[in-house]
Amino acid sequence: MTLIDKKLNRRSFLKVSTLAGGGMMLSFSWLAGCKPTAEEVLTMPDEWFTINSYIKIGENGAVTLFNPNPEFGQNVKTSLPMILADELDVDWKNVFVEQADFYPERFERQFTGGSNSVRSSWKPLRTAGATARHMLINAAAQTWNVPAGEIITSTGMLEHKSSGKKAGYGELASLAGTLEAPDPEAVKLKENADFKIIGNSKKNVDGAKIVTGKPLFALDHKVEGMKYAAIVHPPAFGMKLKSFDKSSVTSLPGIQDAFEVKVFKDDYGRNFFDTTTFPEIIAIVGNSTWEVMQAKKKLNVEWEKAPDSTFPMAGRGGQNMDIKVPGGLENSAAHKEKMAEYITKPGNVQRKDGDPEGAFKKAARVLERTYTAPFLAHNTMEPMNAFADVKGDKAVIYGPTQAPESIMNALSSSLGLPKENIQINLARMGGGFGRRAYSHHLVEAALISQKIQAPVKMVYSREDDMSAGVYRPTYSATYRAALDENNNLLALHIKAGGIPESPLHANRFPAGAIDNYLAEGWQIESNITIGAFRAPRSNFIAGAEQSFLDELAEEMGKDPIEFRLELLKRAETNPVGERNDYDPKRYAGVLELVREKSNWSAVPNGISRGVSAYFCHNSYVAEVIDVSIKDNQPVVENVFAAVDCGIVVNPDAAANMGEGAIVDGIGNAFYGEMAFENGVPTKTNFDKYRMIRHSEAPKKIEVHFVESTEDPTGLGEPLFPPVFAALGNSLYKATGKRLYDQPFQPQIMQMENLRM
Amino acid sequence: MAQYNLSINGKSMNVDVDPNTPLLWVLRDHLDLVGTKFGCGIAQCGACTVHIDGEAVRSCSYPVSVIEDKKVVTIEGLSEKGDHPVQKAWLEHDVPQCGYCQSGQIMTAASLLAENPNPTDEEISYAMNGNICRCGTYTRIKAAVKTASKSL
Repeated sequence: MTLIDKKLNRRSFLKVSTLAGGGMMLSFSWLAGCKPTAEEVLTMPDEWFTINSYIKIGENGAVTLFNPNPEFGQNVKTSLPMILADELDVDWKNVFVEQADFYPERFERQFTGGSNSVRSSWKPLRTAGATARHMLINAAAQTWNVPAGEIITSTGMLEHKSSGKKAGYGELASLAGTLEAPDPEAVKLKENADFKIIGNSKKNVDGAKIVTGKPLFALDHKVEGMKYAAIVHPPAFGMKLKSFDKSSVTSLPGIQDAFEVKVFKDDYGRNFFDTTTFPEIIAIVGNSTWEVMQAKKKLNVEWEKAPDSTFPMAGRGGQNMDIKVPGGLENSAAHKEKMAEYITKPGNVQRKDGDPEGAFKKAARVLERTYTAPFLAHNTMEPMNAFADVKGDKAVIYGPTQAPESIMNALSSSLGLPKENIQINLARMGGGFGRRAYSHHLVEAALISQKIQAPVKMVYSREDDMSAGVYRPTYSATYRAALDENNNLLALHIKAGGIPESPLHANRFPAGAIDNYLAEGWQIESNITIGAFRAPRSNFIAGAEQSFLDELAEEMGKDPIEFRLELLKRAETNPVGERNDYDPKRYAGVLELVREKSNWSAVPNGISRGVSAYFCHNSYVAEVIDVSIKDNQPVVENVFAAVDCGIVVNPDAAANMGEGAIVDGIGNAFYGEMAFENGVPTKTNFDKYRMIRHSEAPKKIEVHFVESTEDPTGLGEPLFPPVFAALGNSLYKATGKRLYDQPFQPQIMQMENLRM
Repeated sequence: MAQYNLSINGKSMNVDVDPNTPLLWVLRDHLDLVGTKFGCGIAQCGACTVHIDGEAVRSCSYPVSVIEDKKVVTIEGLSEKGDHPVQKAWLEHDVPQCGYCQSGQIMTAASLLAENPNPTDEEISYAMNGNICRCGTYTRIKAAVKTASKSL
């Protein structure tokens, strides 16, 4: 197992003399909490003194902390400043939080994804807080003419005990801001036991603004003279623009212009996040959102089939490659047939331990099961949109993006402007789930603004958003287990693939716990675009693996938790192979914790119970789901989750995110599905695309964290993958039927008399 | 285009728009009241919920021409200081994740409690079912509605 240890970069400690771009989006930490009275908190100071990129201190002791990472609901805007505040040693109620704009010279890794914000920022932010604290100490030492080593800090105060000298941070901030930053490597960080803010729940710093409807999102942004834009994209994957008649819309009320937008230049080497489904779209520009959306319906446009095509991709490490996009109009029914065909063919062997073929020949019995799941749309509540103001050789973009650094190359290439002339300001996002790592919408808005030489806000309709691709792929996984006459597990074989990628993680559990093991992958190319979706690949393979282990445990006559613990014991004491990427003890730890918290063996009357566990993003999660049957329908009663993600920075907010991931998993397991007919997505709005709703959420969710002194690991994603099997396994207990294909609901509707 | 005089959050406001323009876009584009959100445009997600004469309605599907002299309240006008019992309960339970759907959730909850100050769990679920939260904060929403109910 490797923890990502980002080397501290000096650029984090550059002095800055001005505010980092954008508007003053200050969020006072106490506003959301409503706890302290007005007298107890500090007001805005007259002057701010910049200590480093992340920290400003006012003359009255108020502190501004910059959240470097894009906020999409994972609450980094609160948790990352908490890390800074703890090492800086200040009172949280005197902290303002400001969203940093994209500024790679000042901030590291301004990216939201891979459950990585807290784990990557943990050391850099602690160091930024601690070095700032040292600068304040050095300022006091210089002012008081005493050794720095004798000065202590205590929640915003500096003190030299033997001389009796004392001062607030605010009094020394002006001098501290002029001092040389100490060598980050030489600054001592707090011991875990000394944390005062980390580990103590703090409310969302934007809470008060959210509940009063203040403008926080890119879609809320408006400037004088701003125009509105809508887009029209091809109706199907495999189609492209042939021609359109601009005059069909330009005479409509409020419409200024309609034109083609080519998102990427032909020779532009795309990077990993430069996915876009439709590289050529039509923009309609006008005076209001409603008018441009109405005009979309009136536009005369002709589409044509797109031939096979290729585009250049700038590979990692500098090598360029050509990515092929097959032509053709694809169908979900044909996808299913093709996937079933691949199960019977040999795949690419990704790991082999022992002699799996021999073991299967010797087996007394073989259990073989195939699991499938469909494409999924992200469906962020805030549709793709962006504000852009491109005039002459300067561009300002304000948009919902998880990955500003990744889209900067495309912006620069498509606009024909140097990167230093492009400012990306980071908006709070109305959800992301991976979708907004692919930020073509920022390029589209920027090109529209450049064309009309005026500020513009471009917004997708829900239909544009849901039918524009970048989906979670469709997957299939076949698991085979070889058992001897005494029900001993001899071998395990996994063959997993998808359109257009395989979900296989060949070195994850149960690899390492089984002597004879074979893992193969396969993939089928497609013109349907895919992208990261909350716990990519894990969000499917966990459900397949943990459903299979449940059925296997039953075949072997074992308790499902006990069976997993036996496998983990084997992986711990006598591991097979050397590339196992999990820690069996921590894995077993969450299973033991969920067994205890759910009171596993004491199943309440009328309840059916299933378990599942998974490791991803360096975190371990086990979940138990309880269902009952009411009116011939399953009802999710309780969910118990046990999580080992190291130190938890903001426990209540962490629990909130865990609860959300569980609800998200239940929703997608029951209902989530995107299908295609002749390349056309069959669902384009929430009337057809079933999302989980209030009454379908569990009645109770408990999220328990393992107490830990380990550095934080991922949290936004790891609670999501185990849900699918915990739910499937409990539904099996409730209905007597194993569910192998997602979504579950259509199959449940076919069952006539559910048990209980 | 036509002139409309609307009563919004207790104030009289004039707009000159196409009669078919949904209230949502009048609020957002013409009156700069952007707390009411666009989610689906077909009254399926609840992000655009406002009160019209006290009743929770989906403003994305409510043409401006039929409002006449009805009283419109948006999230910005739910309380003067952001201290409506539902808003306070939302903060106490730290409900929001991304926050985008929450003004719609709050408007639906406030309307429910105005009609039925002590709803059962089932009544809460029924009333809140038209509001999608993609982040999945439903269990906290339910807890916050109950807390607000107690403080009414």
